[in-house]
Amino acid sequence: MTVAQPAPAQSALRGLLRGLGEYLRPQEPIPRQTYLGILIASAGGLIALWCVVTYSGLVEPLFLPTPTAILRSGADMTADGSLLQNAGASLYVIVTGWVLAVASGVPVGILMGSFKAVEALIEPVIDFVRYLPVSALIPLLILYIGIGTSEKIAVIFIGTFFQLVLLVADVAAHVPREQIDVSYTLGASRAQVIRRVLLPATLPGVMDTLRITMGWAWTYLVVAELVSADRGLGYLILNSMRGLFTDRIFVGLFTIGGLGLGFDLLFKWLHRRLLPWSPKA
Amino acid sequence: MAFRGRGGREIAAIERLSLDVSDREIVSIVGPSGCGKSTLLRLVAGLVRPTTGEIRLDGRAVTVPGADRGMVFQSYTLFPWLTVQGNVEFGPRLRGLDTAYCREVATRFIQTVGLVGFEHAYPKELSGGMMQRVAIARALANDPEVLLMDEPFGALDAQTRVFMQELLLDIWQKTPKTILFVTHDIDEALFLGDRVFVMTARPGRFREEIRLDLPRPRTLDITMSPAFVAAKRRVLGIIREEAGRTMGLEGAPPAAAGSA
Repeated sequence: MTVAQPAPAQSALRGLLRGLGEYLRPQEPIPRQTYLGILIASAGGLIALWCVVTYSGLVEPLFLPTPTAILRSGADMTADGSLLQNAGASLYVIVTGWVLAVASGVPVGILMGSFKAVEALIEPVIDFVRYLPVSALIPLLILYIGIGTSEKIAVIFIGTFFQLVLLVADVAAHVPREQIDVSYTLGASRAQVIRRVLLPATLPGVMDTLRITMGWAWTYLVVAELVSADRGLGYLILNSMRGLFTDRIFVGLFTIGGLGLGFDLLFKWLHRRLLPWSPKA
Repeated sequence: MAFRGRGGREIAAIERLSLDVSDREIVSIVGPSGCGKSTLLRLVAGLVRPTTGEIRLDGRAVTVPGADRGMVFQSYTLFPWLTVQGNVEFGPRLRGLDTAYCREVATRFIQTVGLVGFEHAYPKELSGGMMQRVAIARALANDPEVLLMDEPFGALDAQTRVFMQELLLDIWQKTPKTILFVTHDIDEALFLGDRVFVMTARPGRFREEIRLDLPRPRTLDITMSPAFVAAKRRVLGIIREEAGRTMGLEGAPPAAAGSA
């Protein structure tokens, strides 16, 4: 029996498919250069596509402005100080609300995860509020506190606090039981177990939780500022929409994205720096 | 030293079990999984309270965990935020002993388990065998009267395991301690122990006591000796019978809560 020789073009196609197949094995690592190549091609491709559709006039600037238009507005808004002022207002709200939530939520979470009695005490409240989107509470908060900065801080606090408590409780509940048992057999008292074992053991998990909740806090902030605000990045976006300044909307979006990414990298750096012993560091 | 335990079946799944251990003796306990071997150690450690019966150490009843009974677990229980040094001196530091003294104790036991040069390494930088060596050093640094070892080498590969057994005997030869060693590895139980207890399937009881008059210090060569092989055959036979019972071949009672 003979096998038919495939045409050269066909065999080249087959080779390419086989090459692609090499990179599509589940969970199989690929060469670092290939990874970077795909990464750059993806980012570059997106930007190139953006340039093509905007500079060619294929898409109206009202919907998608050109990169240059956005850069120009960005420069203008930086020059007149409006970008910094709004970013500063948002940062103040988010950091204040988040710090308050962390300062109260982390201890409560550790208590809840470590002691069954505390869990039973807090669980009913938390389980109810966790399914309540914080955006649904905004009207009530406006009624209680008004539409000023305090209301935004309250939104961030409530949005972050309950999620944080649950995440931290989970971290504390997953401290290996054997580590606690072994501490007792080494002569530790209950107070020593809590202070010298339980608390340090939760640090990497808590650090992760801080990073994650900071990301979520940005969502709550923008929602709060879209509903009612006279400053902040959410307000900037909404106000730009009213004037059909699409380029300014994009400046606001890129600023939010950049700040979010900045915080994420900051937390990862802190994790490596402060907890060099952590398996994730 | 003597202890007697009669844990109620409902929590500990151990019944009518009595064991007297003399000073500086190594007692191995083997048995099918789920027979309550680990529960027995946890009772002695004071981590679990017996529903009935009692545990005595030098005539005193023990009810709570204490530094006089050091424990080494199968899972890696080192504190990841402490270095090797920090882990080993954890016990002495809890007692508020002076820093220089703690350091000295740690240095001595790090040397004992052969980890000189790794004092400042974090557990994540160590292999499984090294971590268990630190865990042993940490337990010894408290100078306990009894060392409770719950399948401490169970997670290690075969070569490392043999190395650790020899290391443990070597340490024991230099500073004899009473050791209660739980394992499901029959060779390990026989190689280490002065006596080997074989436990029955749930409810856990001692079914057989095997006294090994193998000379010490022991080397791996003794595992080839006729006495060792005969003892192994005997233990293997009992274990097989008990394992069959738990798998329901002879209508074993339903398994109660608790693990071993």
